[in-house]
Amino acid sequence: MKRLLYELTESWKIAAAQMAANKTRSFLTALGVIIGIVAVTLMGTAINGISVGFDKSMSVIGDDVLYIEQYPWSRMNDWWNYRDRKKIHTEYGDKINHQIAVTPNTNLMVAVPTMSLLRSVKFGDNSVDNVYILGTTADYALISTLDCSEGRFFNEIESRGGDEVCVVGYDVTDALFGGRSALDKRVLINGHAFKIIGTLSRQGTFLGLFSLDSIVVIPLPAFKKYFSAKSEADVRVKVRDKTHMLDARDELTGIMRRLRGLSPEQRDDFNINEQQAFKSTLDAVKATIAIAGLFITGLSLFVGAIGIMNITFVSVKERTKEIGTRKALGARRRTILLQFLIESTALCLVGGFIGLALAYLMCFGMASAFPSFPIRFSLGLVIASMIVSVLTGLISGIAPAWSASRLDPVTALRYE
Amino acid sequence: MLSAERDTMSRNSIHHPSPLVIDIENITKEYVMGEEIIHALRGVTLQIRRNEYLAIMGPSGSGKSTLMNMLGCLDTPTSGRYEFNGKDVSEMDGDELAEIRNREIGFVFQTFNLLPRSTSLRNVELPLIYAGIDPEEREQRAAAALAAVGLEDRLMHKPNELSGGQRQRVAIARALVNQPSIILADEPTGNLDSKTGEEIMALFENLYQQGNTVILVTHEADIARHARRTVHLRDGLIESDDVAPARRSPETAGVS
Ligand SMILES: Nc1ncnc2c1ncn2[C@@H]1O[C@H](COP(=O)(O)OP(=O)(O)OP(=O)(O)O)[C@@H](O)[C@H]1O
Ligand SMILES: [Mg+2]
Repeated sequence: MKRLLYELTESWKIAAAQMAANKTRSFLTALGVIIGIVAVTLMGTAINGISVGFDKSMSVIGDDVLYIEQYPWSRMNDWWNYRDRKKIHTEYGDKINHQIAVTPNTNLMVAVPTMSLLRSVKFGDNSVDNVYILGTTADYALISTLDCSEGRFFNEIESRGGDEVCVVGYDVTDALFGGRSALDKRVLINGHAFKIIGTLSRQGTFLGLFSLDSIVVIPLPAFKKYFSAKSEADVRVKVRDKTHMLDARDELTGIMRRLRGLSPEQRDDFNINEQQAFKSTLDAVKATIAIAGLFITGLSLFVGAIGIMNITFVSVKERTKEIGTRKALGARRRTILLQFLIESTALCLVGGFIGLALAYLMCFGMASAFPSFPIRFSLGLVIASMIVSVLTGLISGIAPAWSASRLDPVTALRYE
Repeated sequence: MLSAERDTMSRNSIHHPSPLVIDIENITKEYVMGEEIIHALRGVTLQIRRNEYLAIMGPSGSGKSTLMNMLGCLDTPTSGRYEFNGKDVSEMDGDELAEIRNREIGFVFQTFNLLPRSTSLRNVELPLIYAGIDPEEREQRAAAALAAVGLEDRLMHKPNELSGGQRQRVAIARALVNQPSIILADEPTGNLDSKTGEEIMALFENLYQQGNTVILVTHEADIARHARRTVHLRDGLIESDDVAPARRSPETAGVS
């Protein structure tokens, strides 16, 4: 046992000395492993980052909210099937809420209609274009993740009355007021004055695509009055218990079919969307990245492993006489086997470390270049790449190490 | 303590022979080279006792090195029996033989065979690593062995910083460090000039005087003269086996 320990220590020393003596050769050999590790860590980081960013964005959609819309969120390659459907009306909101109120044991909690448009918002000389103007009811506060950093959301009375009040997103406050308080100021939305009663705290971006903070929320009747009564509308329904999503969905489908006056043989002429649709789309993206990444990783590790196997064979050949000497002095097969296995493993580990360092720098660079893309360089990845390096080392070292351990001492000693 | 014990035994050996270290009987070794079979050893019988000083001589190709490898448990015979310290080694596998080499045999090679990038100390420590000795004791014993060959001030030198004679001394220290039963030297002075060669031979004489068993291969009569017994090989057979008269060459007489 003790002997094994001493042999192992000795082998690590030899490996280090060997690498120190052949720096260039060792580096070139480790290149394959370096590239492999960079590929695997970057891929892992990308997948991690996408997942984290996705989860954050998804929480905005809400995992307990069903969206009644004209189009489905996925499978847009057959959009013409949905084009001629009847529009979704905001009135469905009240009707569904009524239905919820009279249904015992309902799975649904509250329905919130929304309408939206892109408009510019002005205050004095400052103006922001393409702000997402959202018209909705006071219940919107119940289903969204929005929270006010200052002021409050509009209440039922303001909502029903269609008051000219608004709650503004971070980007808008920031652009129009800088650091000053926006409360009670009047902004012009498309020329109509709205009083700010609340400002929202920062939300970030949706999947890194667009800002969730470039938003102004106003009461629905005011939206209809000043903008368009006919623009895109949807109804969002929060469920009571997200573990009963399917039941809630069925219940809502039933209500909607009645509202739409569909006979049993007719197909649904609306879609009930939920976060899950995004999830499956994203899983496909993640799988694609993973497959591409694994392919690159596998390929470079394979090439790297062959390089290391080759260099270990060369090393065995070069040091045949040394192997003979060691055997004459009492090195057993195991000793020699371990020595060369450790040499190839050490080479891979060094490659792995360099690869990790490079990947870390690259992630760091990417994080500073695209701050909105969440990059996660996790401990798990570090451990995973170390394991991959060690495995590569062992696999590529086994054949040469085996052949070295099997060398006949006399033949090895005679070798010139 | 051990060498004192050996001394007593060697002094008594005239009347009570000291125990057999090597006992080989009718050993053959054949190498197959394509169609041809080379008979390197054709049936060698030899007994070597503790604290003998034996030289193996013979023309090139007579099988000296082959016999030496056999004695050193580096190789196994094609046929015949080999008992080392009473244990039959002719049927042992590679790792068992490695164990014997590590504990019982010290090798000195013509080409020194030191690890080029390691210091004298680390070179001498090597057999102790394989023996599972812990680091402090290792270093201590290696330093002692180097001091015994007169290299106490060259512990941290690498082989390329040493002269040929010094390298061979390091190799001898390495052969000694595990206190083996026998020291085997195949042409130990072959790569040295005659003066350095004599110094190395003085060292062997010294080891012999301390009770070690020394076996060396040489084709130089001058070198063989140092031994107390000379075995001549020819074509894989023992031609003669002479115990030298108790004589001392002037140089070695003073050493002990
Ligand atoms: N591995 C081998 N394969 C084939 N033949 C071998 C092998 N080793 C030794 N021989 C042959 O066996 C014979 C004895 O060789 P050995 O090396 O024992 O001679 P030697 O007496 O040591 O010679 P020298 O004085 O030149 O070192 C030679 O004919 C040699 O060619
Ligand atoms: Mg020879």
